Amino acid sequence: MAKYEVPELESHRDIPSLAPGAMAESNPYPAAPEHQEALGFPGELVDDWHDRAIGKFGELLDRSRSLRVYMDACVKCGACTDKCHYFLGTGDPNNMPVARQDLMRSVYRRYFTLSGKLFPGLVGARDLTEEVLDEWYRYFHQCSQCRRCSVYCPYGIDTAEISMAAREILDAVGKGQKYCNEILGKVHKIGNNLGLPEPALVDTLEGIEEDIEDETGVKVRLPVDEEGADILLVTPSADFFAEPHVDGLIGYAKVFHQAGVSWTLSSYASEAANFAMFIGSYEQMQEVAKRIRKAAEDLGVKRIIVGECGHAWRVAYSFWNTLVGPFDFLDPNYPVPQHICEFTYDLIQQGKLNLDKSANDHMTLTFHDSCNVARGSRMGAEPGGQFHIPRAIIKACCNNFVDMADDTIHENTFCCGGGGGLLTDDLMELRVKGSVPRMDALKQVHEDHGVTHMAAICAICKSQFAKVMPEYGFEMDAIVSLHQLVSNAIVLDGQGQEDEEDGHADMADENG
Amino acid sequence: MPVLTVIFALLLYAATLVLAVGLVLKIVSYARTPAPLKIPTMPAPTTRSGVAWRLAREVALFESLFKSNKWTWLFGWVFHAALLLVLVRHLRYFTEPVWGWVALAQPFGIYAGFAMLAGLAALWGRRLLVERIRYISGPSDHLMLALLIGIAASGLAMKYVAPTDIVALKLFILGLIYFDWQPLPADPALLAHLFMVAVLMIVFPFSKLLHGVGVLFSPTRNQVDNARERRHVAPWAAKLEGGGD
Ligand code: SF4
Ligand code: SF4
Ligand code: SF4
Repeated sequence: MAKYEVPELESHRDIPSLAPGAMAESNPYPAAPEHQEALGFPGELVDDWHDRAIGKFGELLDRSRSLRVYMDACVKCGACTDKCHYFLGTGDPNNMPVARQDLMRSVYRRYFTLSGKLFPGLVGARDLTEEVLDEWYRYFHQCSQCRRCSVYCPYGIDTAEISMAAREILDAVGKGQKYCNEILGKVHKIGNNLGLPEPALVDTLEGIEEDIEDETGVKVRLPVDEEGADILLVTPSADFFAEPHVDGLIGYAKVFHQAGVSWTLSSYASEAANFAMFIGSYEQMQEVAKRIRKAAEDLGVKRIIVGECGHAWRVAYSFWNTLVGPFDFLDPNYPVPQHICEFTYDLIQQGKLNLDKSANDHMTLTFHDSCNVARGSRMGAEPGGQFHIPRAIIKACCNNFVDMADDTIHENTFCCGGGGGLLTDDLMELRVKGSVPRMDALKQVHEDHGVTHMAAICAICKSQFAKVMPEYGFEMDAIVSLHQLVSNAIVLDGQGQEDEEDGHADMADENG
Repeated sequence: MPVLTVIFALLLYAATLVLAVGLVLKIVSYARTPAPLKIPTMPAPTTRSGVAWRLAREVALFESLFKSNKWTWLFGWVFHAALLLVLVRHLRYFTEPVWGWVALAQPFGIYAGFAMLAGLAALWGRRLLVERIRYISGPSDHLMLALLIGIAASGLAMKYVAPTDIVALKLFILGLIYFDWQPLPADPALLAHLFMVAVLMIVFPFSKLLHGVGVLFSPTRNQVDNARERRHVAPWAAKLEGGGD
């Protein structure tokens, strides 16, 4: 890949002027035939790709109201043009949300509208050629499906929906992306994105248990496949081994321990992520989600809790009930599913966690709202809980917290630049440039308020930041898991000298 | 009956028919296409009435556009609000006797005509001058603005430059409504105005003007945030389940 320039960070970034073709070379590796076929897609570009693509397009228009309405409704007002981090970072006009949609809308008009059939030139309609298909492949893999554009569009046009449909069509004609499709194959076969088999998982968890005991002197368990446990924890597999993810997992374990609940992981469903969302496939998404339902049934749990993962939480919160519900075999007194932050927050509210904020005094924190959590889900009972609850947890664990600029947080949050199935090395230039708006905002609070670390609740965000932050002069470990902060601050019963005999009895009764 | 009257009478009937049938078909197609998943842009209301309120704010105030870009919002909102007043003013040609509130709105309708023109001109200026918006604009986007400006300008011309016989015009329009045709005054400004309005009505169901109904059917705006509490399954997805288990 050609070397690219890492942009300078700025306190006030001008909207870039257009640089047509700037990212035309960004072209992720295609899926190999075996990865395609494992998912039921053709191995390579089929001979009748044109007719199949148009056929699939028509099928999707009948299946999905969002696609149908969004193909028609855009008035080209331009309100979204400066809202996408990939446009802000690259200046490539095809990364303006409306222009990205137009790559597909032009074909829609040609084949599915009267005006486009009669007057293609007038309404910007064009034939589906191999070049167009190629352009789709390149630019619909420059959209992290973060939905920031949908917040600002007067009709709520969600480019993520359009990217998903485009990728679905590409898969249907044999032009899939390696990163997503290979990973999906692993989930189907082994149960997680990393392809981590059961013995390795058990081994890793034992190692973590030992580490916790060495550090705290308390035996905190990380059970796996424990039938009859109350809670099934489903978390992104990155939590099992990579920094800073694993520190988050340690945090969950300590919280469960302190709450006195019985919980378990599942080796069969050892993955919260659901990359099928990125390729837009309802059927694939359902297949992946079924594993979790099955694990919950087989283990006989009463509740399901989801670890820190952005798109996984969107799928869990917004889609699980649809895809694999109803969850009537679980305890109706708890939301299904529940986010680990909701669980921890409840305990903090009830004063059941002993938190020593000074343990995090070496850091000044800010919080990155993961877009899938922010714009695709909720936590708690009230709209906006997804913003308020993680921050409340951080503030309960840390003395120093500062938010980034208003237009970069909450529902206005900027994507990390690596979401939506783009977290792959063959898209490094895109990832680095796409993170620019977030990096600008971070630099600002770093300079103005001495922020040293940024917490996140998404495995993709964490991996992406760990990779791109050094490009901008931040330390790689300046990105932390939210539950890592909890882990640092939490004082376990029996930790250190004071061993309160009765401590456990109090904690044993469950949080509400 | 003058040939001109016949031509315009038929044109306006045809335009009305195309508009009505076209819109109904579109609305039916939107309504019948299921939304398979819950995708409201969060934070979203957790109740139906909350969603109605969200939609009302979008339709009346252009809330999201306001968040997005104050200039576009200002020009767009002024244009649409003015258009509404102008339409209200035009009700006097369709009602006999003229309804009280329509009569009251008359003077505002005049100012609104100018505001509409100003809003359209500003929107067009943006489209031409802002590089990003110029890039995403196609011929039809410019033509649509030209058409609307033509309609507004010819309307104002009849008020200020070449007054037309509005009594005869009203008789013509009422005649159309009651299928009792009356002659149409043959003023160039009026003919141009009516012709452009008819064109607008005809292209409406086939063009981006559909955004007017689109917003009401947009799942990111019209869905309730209750995915955990209520199971939402599209008919085609339910069939998958039936076959799969
Ligand atoms: S969904 Fe996100 S990445 Fe995709 S076009 Fe919109 S803002 Fe850009
Ligand atoms: S904001 Fe919405 S309507 Fe305006 S150009 Fe973008 S997608 Fe089209
Ligand atoms: S990786 Fe994180 S920030 Fe990027 S799209 Fe996913 S949730 Fe959003």
